[in-house]
Amino acid sequence: MATSKKTAGKPENNGSVDRKKSKATPFKRPVWELRLYVAGMTPTSIRAFENLKRLCEEHMHGAYKIQVVDLLERPMLARGDQIIAVPTLVRRLPTPVKKIIGDLSNTERVLVGLDLRPAGGWR
Amino acid sequence: MPARTVQKKKKTNAPDLSSLVLEKVPTGIRGLDQVTHGGFPKGRTALVCGGPGTGKTLLGLEFLVRGALLYNEPGVCVAMEETAQELVTNMASLGYDLPQLIRQKKLAIDYVHIERKQIEETGEYDLEGLFIRLRAAIEQVKAKRVLLDTIELLFLGLKNDGIVRAELRRLFHWLKDAGVTAVVTAEMGDRTLTRYGLEEYVADCVLVLDHRVNEQISTRRLRVVKYRGSSHGTNEYPFLLDDQGISVVPITSMGLTHTASTERISSGVPTLDAMLGKKGFFRGSSVLITGTAGTGKSSFAAAFAGATCARGERALYFAYEESPSQILRNMSSVGQDLEKWISRGLLRIHATRPTAAGLESHLATVYNEIQEFKPTVVIIDPITNLVAVGDLHSVKAMLTRLIDFLKLKHVTAMFTNLVFGSGIMEETAVGISSLMDTWVVLGDVDQGESERMRTLNLLKSRGMSHDTRMHRFTLSDKGIEIHGNK
Repeated sequence: MATSKKTAGKPENNGSVDRKKSKATPFKRPVWELRLYVAGMTPTSIRAFENLKRLCEEHMHGAYKIQVVDLLERPMLARGDQIIAVPTLVRRLPTPVKKIIGDLSNTERVLVGLDLRPAGGWR
Repeated sequence: MPARTVQKKKKTNAPDLSSLVLEKVPTGIRGLDQVTHGGFPKGRTALVCGGPGTGKTLLGLEFLVRGALLYNEPGVCVAMEETAQELVTNMASLGYDLPQLIRQKKLAIDYVHIERKQIEETGEYDLEGLFIRLRAAIEQVKAKRVLLDTIELLFLGLKNDGIVRAELRRLFHWLKDAGVTAVVTAEMGDRTLTRYGLEEYVADCVLVLDHRVNEQISTRRLRVVKYRGSSHGTNEYPFLLDDQGISVVPITSMGLTHTASTERISSGVPTLDAMLGKKGFFRGSSVLITGTAGTGKSSFAAAFAGATCARGERALYFAYEESPSQILRNMSSVGQDLEKWISRGLLRIHATRPTAAGLESHLATVYNEIQEFKPTVVIIDPITNLVAVGDLHSVKAMLTRLIDFLKLKHVTAMFTNLVFGSGIMEETAVGISSLMDTWVVLGDVDQGESERMRTLNLLKSRGMSHDTRMHRFTLSDKGIEIHGNK
């Protein structure tokens, strides 16, 4: 799979995602930098990518960046992020780094994993 | 692969079967290749299990390092427990320079770290990432050997056991296809060999390491539990971890196959030789000297060592009671100048406290020293102190193994043994005397008038006519002299 990038579009007017609510930078949204590690175009990796894209559109409102790394093409990259399972989604920004492995089919779990929703659910 | 076809056809081992026999790669670890009759199965995976701190990782790493150094087989280490830096430090203490091997592209270490807390799992996945890393590392150094240490940490890091099991099965198949010889380490389980049942997947060759502490003294042991398609030693073998790495002591009772020599060698005391059919001990025999405290056991040992060196042969003296300088000083008072033999390289004194190590470690040390120094005479003075670190049964077992080993090498051995009380044979002495070919009993008789008389009795001497009478002997600066016989 080629490395594809999707960069932030225009910020949309939904304040619920912006949990910082900082007065100093009222318009600055968190920028999500995500990296999806896969090994070839398998059904699982395609499913993971689609799940991720849908989820980002719904919850990150364009303020995100997805980089897909195919380890078959760039095997040495697996060491840096300590990848053993594929697919693995790595949230590089905001810190701390988070990892979610699997095809991301359980949206709730992914949201919890990305800190978009606390484990108990607050919305 | 020429593998499972030949299994238990030991007796009909016709030469044309040799191409079918399981190929092995030597580990290069001292003693282990003898125990496994040639090393680990080539192109397959061997499992090394044991409790914490038993030396699993070191054994695996030494397999890689020795492979790279001795057999030009580069290795890959997938480390899940310790970082590359920790492994480098650990191996440096055993005298291995891992960074140099890495620079020379003879070794690659990939530290695989899984933190369960950081990881969320959702939906399907596989461990292709691990495979890709392993493949990349193997290609990087063109590896022939692989160490997975400790792969079962995957079970701790990942929640889905089913996936991990399926992937491990795939991994071991993949390793086989890749043609690398692999070692997998695993923690000992409660009722199973390994905690997560890895033996289910890797069943060609299984080694168990053990570290026991008995009365504050530790002994490491190794056992080959299983070796499909190959014969192997089945006993527990002691092994040592020292500054030269691991050494397994491949001696257990070898049976009574040694050839008996008819050559005679002097005991160093002419009058004692006279009692021994006028010629002395048989070469390769074992001699026991027992006596109460201060009866001159060490003097006989020193005389024997001196006579050996005077013939230009080497003698190895294990002292478990006195330091080398103490022995030299004391023996010069009975006319034995041992120092000159040391300076000529014919005599070596190895002094340790028996309680410094377990019996098995002593056996291992004795074995290593003998292999290195190649003596024709070995003196152990006294074995009594070894009894302090083990019960009579294990001392006897150790001595049996040691004596078998010495006889095989045609090394003449002299053991001294302290007994308590006069006249009555101590239980220990009786227990081990059956292993001995010659038994000299020293004693002293109180004559009442402020004088004690030293006595010597040749209780047994197999295979020769000998003088069985009780004799008086004296110790002076001219040496030992036995009176009352010609």
